Amino acid sequence: MIRDITLGQYYQTESRIHRLDPRVKLVGTMIFLISLFISQNVLCYVAATIYLICIICLSKVPFGYIVRGMKAIAVIMMITVIFNLFLTAGEPLVTFWRFTITYQGLKNAIYTAVRLTYLILGSTLMTLTTTPNDLTDGMERGLGFLKIFKLPVHEIAMMMSIALRFIPILLEETDKIMKAQQARGADFESGGMIRRAKAMVPLLVPLFVSAFRRANDLALAMESRCYHGGEGRTKMKPLEYKPWDIRAYIILACYLAIVILLAILDIRITV
Amino acid sequence: MSIILDHVNYIYSRGTSDEVKALDDISFEIKDGDFIGLIGHTGSGKSTLVQHLDGLLKATSGHIYYNGEDIYDKGYNLKSLRSKVGLVFQYPEHQLFEEDVFKDVCFGPKNIGLTEGEAEIAAYQALKAVKLPEELFYVSPFDLSGGQKRRVAIAGVLAMEPEVLVLDEPTAGLDPEGRDEILGLVKQLHDEEGITIILVSHSMEDVADYVHHIIVMDKGRIHMNGTPKEVFWHASDLERIGLAAPRVTYIMRKLKQAGYNVDTTATTLSEAADSVLGAVRL
Repeated sequence: MIRDITLGQYYQTESRIHRLDPRVKLVGTMIFLISLFISQNVLCYVAATIYLICIICLSKVPFGYIVRGMKAIAVIMMITVIFNLFLTAGEPLVTFWRFTITYQGLKNAIYTAVRLTYLILGSTLMTLTTTPNDLTDGMERGLGFLKIFKLPVHEIAMMMSIALRFIPILLEETDKIMKAQQARGADFESGGMIRRAKAMVPLLVPLFVSAFRRANDLALAMESRCYHGGEGRTKMKPLEYKPWDIRAYIILACYLAIVILLAILDIRITV
Repeated sequence: MSIILDHVNYIYSRGTSDEVKALDDISFEIKDGDFIGLIGHTGSGKSTLVQHLDGLLKATSGHIYYNGEDIYDKGYNLKSLRSKVGLVFQYPEHQLFEEDVFKDVCFGPKNIGLTEGEAEIAAYQALKAVKLPEELFYVSPFDLSGGQKRRVAIAGVLAMEPEVLVLDEPTAGLDPEGRDEILGLVKQLHDEEGITIILVSHSMEDVADYVHHIIVMDKGRIHMNGTPKEVFWHASDLERIGLAAPRVTYIMRKLKQAGYNVDTTATTLSEAADSVLGAVRL
């Protein structure tokens, strides 16, 4: 149940994707997301699908494991699809009662669904193949230039890494408290909206208390080891680009170029 | 009235790379009025096992019978099972959430369908049973000391008036005084209220002093099942799986080697003391 949420969880295995520099994966995910938003036609989506399938195969993460994370956004997905389907103006395709499904609406709905799915799959894949530590390391290095604008990059990265690190801990904690309250006869599954929301109180109060306690302990532990922020802090294993990282960048550039080309071509043809 | 486990298996994260077999072919019976110690190394499957007794985890295969009824049968009322088999989790004080102690203890009885009045009576009796001073009934549970919080949490389960009480490491993180208090309370519940007790622990001293029967777990399997004397007789076997016999048992063995005629099967301090006194007088 609660263990099924995969977003933000690392899947331990050996693969070419796992081995990549986190910066490459960050940029790669960004490029993939950008490519999804400039995609205007079927061909672009075909390119994105092929790219995604290749990455999933290379990553060696079982497909079922990646898809499991999708359950969480099923509702959001439904809502967007329904809105797109019924509320887009254009030439009518089907009409019943007060609702009209237009050709554009159908197209928009499908595109949005695919886009959302790929968006989640793409970003889930990044977190599944990169340890949280690597991820924030990559972010810190990759965004280091923002320090010029007095942005506390290190501190933000540290916050991110702590947040990511705490997701599984808090999930486990939630699971434990849930079970403890169920053992006292609590019921989280039945009843209407209001009853369910009320049933969350015995879960949320202990969860917050424990999160604050953990935060306090962690802060003390860090301070007692003389942590004082990013100033003058060095890394034990600084990130360095390897030959395969360069190759990955080239592949990414090619992929982006192809998608842009396909998008432009389509505009040319339709114009 | 008994709990019977019949070839219970449980696998965590089935179908992923971190699949773990947490319970491996577990079968045993808990009779009414038993006082059982469930011991094992960290990760031996003790906590997983006790969550099955309450129906919180469903076995991958196998059956569990409570009073002759299969708890995995369709239509079996798990909520009523949870009121009869009270489960006190590890660090139970982490589940407290209400504004005051009394309301928190009322949570369980209200959930199982008691009226406001009945719940309050049950809560009052439970808090009395754990010997919490009355002036603490209406303070915030978060203002109590560690040992007091734990007693309140145990009262929260007791208020449901269970027939079987399962306690997962109830003494973890307590000082010796707190430990004796909690274990004394558990013993009293068994002796006076007739509640069947299952005490999960990795401390041999905790277990040896109180329980009638010990189940030793290792790597998800039942390693030994017998009376404390039977189990602690195999001290070297216990050591191999990261456990040990109580310290007094070792002392008695050393005394025996040194030529004193003492009883090496003594597992509790008082037994040992009697035996040593007897040997010295002779």
